This record gives sequence, C-alpha cells and structure tokens, in this order.
Amino acid sequence: MKRLLAICCYCLGLMLSLSATAAEKPLPSELEPLLQELTESSLSKAIPVLDALEAEGGEALQPLFSYMLEGDLYYIKSSRQVIAVSEEAGQETFIDMLSGSEIEPLSSRDIKKIRVNNRLRGHLRDAIARLQLGSESAAVRESAVRSLLSDLDENTLASIREARLNESAGNVKDVMDMALALYRLESAAEASDRIEAIAQLEGSLEGDVRNALNRIADNDPSPQVQQAAQKALVGIEQKVEFYAFIDQLFFGLSLGSVLLLAAIGLAITFGVMGVINMAHGEMIMLGAYTTYVVQLLMPNHIEYSLWVAIPAAFVVSGMAGVLLERLVIRHLHGRPLETLLATFGVSLVLQQLVRTVFSPLNRQVASPEWMSGAWEINPVLSLTLNRLYILAFALLVFFALMLLLKKSSLGLNVRAVSQNRDMAKSMGIPTGRVDALTFGLGSGIAGIAGVALSQLTNVGPNLGQSYIIDSFMVVVFGGVGNLWGTLVAAFSLGIANKFLEPVTGAVLASILVLVFIILFIQKRPKGLFPQKGRAAE
Amino acid sequence: MKIKSLAAGVAMAVGASTLSFSVLAADTIKVGVLHSLSGTMAISETTLKDTVLMMIEEQNKKGGLLGKQLEPVVVDPASNWPLFAEKTRELLTQEEVDVIFGCWTSVSRKSVLPVLEELNGLMFYPVQYEGEESSKNVFYTGAAPNQQAIPAVDYLMNELEVERWVLAGTDYVYPRTTNKILEAYLKDKGVAAEDIMINYTPFGHSDWQSIVSDIKKFGGEGKKTAVVSTINGDANVPFYKELGNQGVSSEDIPVVAFSVGEEELSGIDTGPLVGHMAAWNYFQSVDTDLNSEFIQKWHAFTGDENRVTNDPMEATYIGFNMWAQAVTDAGTTDVDEVEQAMIGQEVPNLTGGTAVMNKNHHLSKPVLIGEIQDDGQFEVVWETDGVVAGDAWSDFLPGSKDLLADWTAPVKCGNYNVETKSCGGQAN
Repeated sequence: MKRLLAICCYCLGLMLSLSATAAEKPLPSELEPLLQELTESSLSKAIPVLDALEAEGGEALQPLFSYMLEGDLYYIKSSRQVIAVSEEAGQETFIDMLSGSEIEPLSSRDIKKIRVNNRLRGHLRDAIARLQLGSESAAVRESAVRSLLSDLDENTLASIREARLNESAGNVKDVMDMALALYRLESAAEASDRIEAIAQLEGSLEGDVRNALNRIADNDPSPQVQQAAQKALVGIEQKVEFYAFIDQLFFGLSLGSVLLLAAIGLAITFGVMGVINMAHGEMIMLGAYTTYVVQLLMPNHIEYSLWVAIPAAFVVSGMAGVLLERLVIRHLHGRPLETLLATFGVSLVLQQLVRTVFSPLNRQVASPEWMSGAWEINPVLSLTLNRLYILAFALLVFFALMLLLKKSSLGLNVRAVSQNRDMAKSMGIPTGRVDALTFGLGSGIAGIAGVALSQLTNVGPNLGQSYIIDSFMVVVFGGVGNLWGTLVAAFSLGIANKFLEPVTGAVLASILVLVFIILFIQKRPKGLFPQKGRAAE
Repeated sequence: MKIKSLAAGVAMAVGASTLSFSVLAADTIKVGVLHSLSGTMAISETTLKDTVLMMIEEQNKKGGLLGKQLEPVVVDPASNWPLFAEKTRELLTQEEVDVIFGCWTSVSRKSVLPVLEELNGLMFYPVQYEGEESSKNVFYTGAAPNQQAIPAVDYLMNELEVERWVLAGTDYVYPRTTNKILEAYLKDKGVAAEDIMINYTPFGHSDWQSIVSDIKKFGGEGKKTAVVSTINGDANVPFYKELGNQGVSSEDIPVVAFSVGEEELSGIDTGPLVGHMAAWNYFQSVDTDLNSEFIQKWHAFTGDENRVTNDPMEATYIGFNMWAQAVTDAGTTDVDEVEQAMIGQEVPNLTGGTAVMNKNHHLSKPVLIGEIQDDGQFEVVWETDGVVAGDAWSDFLPGSKDLLADWTAPVKCGNYNVETKSCGGQAN
C-alpha cells in the first residue's frame, strides 16, 4: 500500500514537473540563434542543436525539452519565434519560449510544429533526465538516474558523480551507486575492480545490469571475472523466474476476472433461469456504449465518468433485459430451441441498431488517469493498474450479487422460482414478475461488465460477440445454476489459458482449453459443481 | 370507373418507368461496388464504398465517360466470404456491370476470383495484400509486400539500427505470407534465427498481457528491438493500450504496423501510440495541393469535417481514375480491351509523383513511413527515393522466385515460370 502511495506521489510529481504553468522562466538571450537553428534544422540535424542548447542553457531548458517531447513546441512561420502551445480543458495558451511570457493566441495557419521522431524523443528524454538529476523531488531524481542506466558514458557519469555528492535520499543514492558500479563493470581496467563491481550489483533485477553481466560472463578476458558474473547471474535469474511466475499468475487472474465479469450475468439468466440468451453479449455491448455516452455528456470529468457509467449501464442494460423478457422470452417459455433462435435474432437486431445509431466504427472510450500505467513492484514485476482494478471490481460484483441472492427477498424468490416454478407459483410468488426482474438483474450485470470491458478492448458493434462463447463456456464448465462454480471456472480457465499461451501460442491455447472443456463435459455433464437433489431435474 | 382509371394510370406509370429505365440503362455505364456495409469489415469497407460513390459523382459532373453517365450498383456482401462470390455473380450476370470496385480481406478476394475469371469480369482491389497472385481480371492498386513490408524493415534496419525482430500478426493468410517473406528477407540479411520472434493471435484478440510481456522480455536483452505488426484492425487498440500500460515506449521498442491507418486511429486515444510507426503509400498529412483538394472534396461529400482519408482510399482513387482513362482510350467498356488499355496508364498520386500500372497488374508507387502523432495523424519520417514497382511474386520465397506476371503479348500469363518457360507454374 505504501508502495502504491509512493507511486501516486511520484506520478503527481512527474505530472507537476511536466505540466505547463501559464508562464515559464525566461531563457538567456544568447540562446536565440540556437533556437532559430532548431526551427530550421531537419529531423536528422536537430540532435547537435539540442546538445548545444543543453550545454549552453543547462537547467533552464528543461521546460523547452519537455514541450518538445510532448510535441507542443511550435514556431511562428513569419518570425521563426519558438513558442509552446499548451492545452488545458480546451483552452489553449501560447508561450514565447525566449521571454517566457504568454502571448496573444495565434491561428494554426501561422504556426508550424517543430517535428520530433523517436530518435529525438529518446535524446530529449535523456537530456531531461540529466537536467533532472538536480530536481527537488527524490522520486524524480531516482527515475532520472534509472532512465540514464541504458546508455552510460563519461559525460553522464560525471553528472551522476557530482549529484551523488549532494544526494541525501538513501534510495536515490543506491540507484546512483548502481549506475557507478555498472559503468565500472564495463570500463574498469583491473579485473579486481570489475569483480568488486559485480559484488555490488549482485541481486539487482535491473535489465541493464543483467545485460551487462551477460556480456561480461561471455566476453570478459579474465576467467575469474567471468565466473563471478556467472555466479551473480544465477542468483538474479532465479529471482527473475520467480517474479515471472507471479506475473503469469496475475495475467491468469486478470483474464479470469474478465471471464467472470462477462459470464456472471449469464450465470443468472442461463444458470438460474435456464434461458439460453444469445443476446447476452449485446447486453455487455450496451453497457460499453453507455460508458461512451456518459463520457460524451461529461467531457471535462473523465476521471469520474466511470462512477456514473456503472449505475447508468446497469439501468440501461437491465431495462433492455426486462423488455426482452417481457416481449420475447416469456412467450417462448420451455422451448429452448426457439428461445435460442429468437435471442440470436435479437442480438443481430441490437448490433445493427448500434451500427445505425453510432456508426459501424469503434467508439473511443477514454481511460481515466488513475487507471493507466502500472504498479511497479520491481524492475521485472509490474502489475498494470487497469487490470488490477478490474480484478478487484469483478470480485466486488460477484460478492454483491451473492449477497443479493442469499439475503434479499428478491433473491429468495429467484431461488424459489428457479428450483420449482409451479410450487413457487402456488405459494403465491408472482413468477412472471420474478422472471422479468431476474432477467433484468442478469442483463444489468452484463451492462456493468461492459463498463469494465470498455477499458480493456474496443467499443464497437462486435464487442458482445467476442465474449458470448467465453461466457457460455465458463457457465457450463462451472456447473449451471451455481455462482461459485462460475467463479472457480472463470479463474481456472483464465490461469490455464495464460500458462498455456507462452508454450503453445494464443491460437492453440484457446483451442486446447476448448477441447479440454468438451472432454470434461463428456465426463461430468453437469460441470464442476453440479446442482444436487430434486431441484436439479 | 374511378378504379379503372386509377388502374390505367398505374399501368401507364409502370410502363413509363420501365421504359425510361431501359432507356437509362442503355445510356449508362454500370459500376459495381462490392464492399461490406455490415458485419465485421463494415468498419473499414464503408469508407471505400463512399469513396467510389464520390468518384462516380465527380466523373458524372465532368460529363461521364464515352458520353454516358456512370451508374453505381451498390451491393452488401456483409463481411461474409461466400456471399462475396454470390454478389459478384449477381453483379456480372443480372446487373451486367462493366467494372467492380471491391473487396478488402484477402479471403474475400480469393472467393471472388473464380467468378471473375469464369464470367470475365473486371475488378479493382484497393488494399495492401500479401502478393503471390496476379489475375487477368483483377487490378491490384494497393501495396504488394515489397511496397510496404520490405521498405519498412529496411528503414528499421538502416535508420534505427534494429537487430532483433518481433513479427506479430493476426492468424490469417496476409500476415502469415507477409511474415514468411519477411523472415526469409531478414535471414537473407544475416539476422540470426534466435533474433526473430514470430507470434500469431486470433482475430479480435483482446488479452495481450502475456504477449506484450514476452515482447518486453525479448527486447530487454540488450539489442535494439522492433515489432513488425500485421495485426488486423480491431485487435490493435488493446495491443497498443497494453504496450502503454506495461511501459513499453516507442523509443524502446518501436512498432511498425501495416494495417493501422488514419481510419483505425480515429476510434482510439492515440496518446500511448505516439512515435509508433506505419508504412503506407499515402498519409492524410502529406502536404500537396492534390491531396488537400481531395480531402476537401471528401469532407464536402460526407458532410463531416472530421472524416479522415487513408491509403486504401487513395488506391481506390488511383484505380478509378486509371479505369476512366483506360475506358476513354479504348473507346469501349469491353473487359478485354480495357484490360489491355490499363497497362501503362499513369495517374498522379495524391502524395506527389505518378502511379503507373505495370504489366503484372500492380502499381508503381512511392513508399512512406510515418510516426503516429497525438492528433491521430502520421508525420512522414522517411520515404523511398522514387517509386517502387509492385511485385506480384515475391523474390524471397523459394516457390515464387522464378514466377513472373506479364499480361502483355506474348507472355499473357499471371504466373509465368521463367525457368521452365511455361505458364501455370504454380507457387508452393
């Protein structure tokens, strides 16, 4: 948790350091010719200009480099004046880089972007990192050193050494020491020096360290150094393998949580009510489109849009579900084949409806800031935040639903009707209403799943189709009518898939999983957790 | 009485309309449009249908062709491959169209091919594809592998000094063939087998976690790594998202894609994609007069200022204009005569220079490489010096090295084997 907090602080710091304040500090005026040159030079000629700028301007150039990295640096066509254009909440501000002051807005025809490509971006990132060694925030300093690890040279080393003298934070010192040791490992003339450097680097998971050790282990002139490097590598590789296993487990759980979300609504409509609902996927799709519409309605509050979208999607898909039950499924009660065909037809109608209303193109659903990025535990293990949240969310939805079915009167009615419809009816339970509400509940949960899926995949007319097969697979495998079975089935299929994938490839992995389920159903037709007793008949 | 006169009126009206219809039919040149308007591929293909309609409208304003107006016949094969063949038969036998503009996926083209050859139709295919084909009845105005994949790999190898390669693709014919060609090409250039990683995923794959993590591991071993992506449309968004989330930036491991264009980018947040690349023959951002005129026309036609243009649209544009010129030159719409008149036709590219139709029914076009910007457009970072002639049969596959397509006399063959000097020397 602490770690997470630290990351948040770090992200915040990074954002602050990158985001533009309305005005910047003025640059020394002797830089003007170099800035002019920057506007004139082609992509391949820009690097020497940047180097000269960095050498002359030093720290003052950090904002300019940041703007350039973000692609926000322009020049005025007539005067070749370098300006930054930053946009916040639809409001554009224009800043003259040399004077640092805000200027009158210009039309986009009068200015031209200063182009950057990958090579320049890498160069700028390094330059910013070097300048950031003197930053006030320890986290920024640490990440600056880390990003310099990949190409250490005498120049960079000098700045790191200098920064090391004044460094107060322990963890930044450690990274700096690592950088120094890494450099010593590859450049020291004495074998003993190199062995010492290896000892210092032992146990480090940093990719650059591993690569350097690998090179040394293969090519070092001294056999002792080679041995030391090999020994250090064995220890590192063991750790890496362990973390790789955790990583894969997380991938499996994450895929499982997506399967769970997609299947859990179906576990109710198909599992509890016994209706084969081919339009289930389209309920998910409706939920995803609801997210899109919610974001359209609140363009300036994307951060909170998901919290609005979740209840909205539940209502929209739930209503669609109730309508579908009342208008179609009710009349086909006890005729599974007709229900299957009818709901399949409904799914096509819904898809085409969405195509007509929203166009056949995929719609863009933005991810809130807090859902992007990863939680970096160490250099080899980082868990992506969106997957982490969706895993937690899937479990939350599952247990909330469990609670609803076990503790509420609606839940009691649902269970009664699903176990013995006629008996429940004669006990005075309005089975028609319960059917509609159950179907609405299942569809509503599919809608919620759609909100989550909109963060992972395309929001388009075909969204539902890609999940319908998986959903049925999970419910059948877990045992029809058993929510716990759905949970176990979703996670075990997810994990099995992800452990197979590196060995067999993605295509074969899903085939193998499907074959396994077919064989399993042959052996145990009622799934993992079959319902027992008379209710099952 | 009243009813009688009404009936007479109706009869007359019907008579008049059929009469006017037949007069009209004799006076028009019918252009078939065979693009999916529903189903999975609708996302890409509807744009091309609109492009053809725009071109027809424009040609009609100029007075049509051979003194006749052009009449579009639009059918919807619904992303259903066998239906493509049925619709082609319908277009050729019932509607009797003079030319067809259509298809996107290779499998749809393959399904249409036998019908075209049986009924001697004429089709223009506007999408980049895997090559290994040349039919008398098809003109390929999209890129062949040597006009897209090979130059892109050259760029990565020479300019970015890439040493390790991930060839990632969707599991179907285009990526498989392209990757086969690329693998042979890379090995030819001295890349070791362990420095090439090949990965296939199903259509619409959305869970990229382990693959991205594998790529990260593969690229983290000290050598500069790049991903060459033949991943198909829809699956790209989650792929790039996962790359962004796992912290793989375009500076560490650049991705160059062959199926990602402006249209595909218009549906996603391009923030995490900035710096990744695509290789095409056309980008909307290229600043020429012809291109800005084309974009303006497109916006006016669709009534939407935000609609983007893309490479298959340019290919459609070139194909349509070449066909119009060939019909004018031949003075007829007869397939055999137009086919011969097509060869050697020249049409200005939207990006500058001239596209030429070669004897193998493929175009000579320039190749551009662009980096994705945060506004969803591409910034051109590299282009070939001149035009590259499309090669129907790859020089890097053992089976097709000796094959040649030449539809002029005396060869007149789509797969002429230069070794055995015979036509029909099938590849594979």
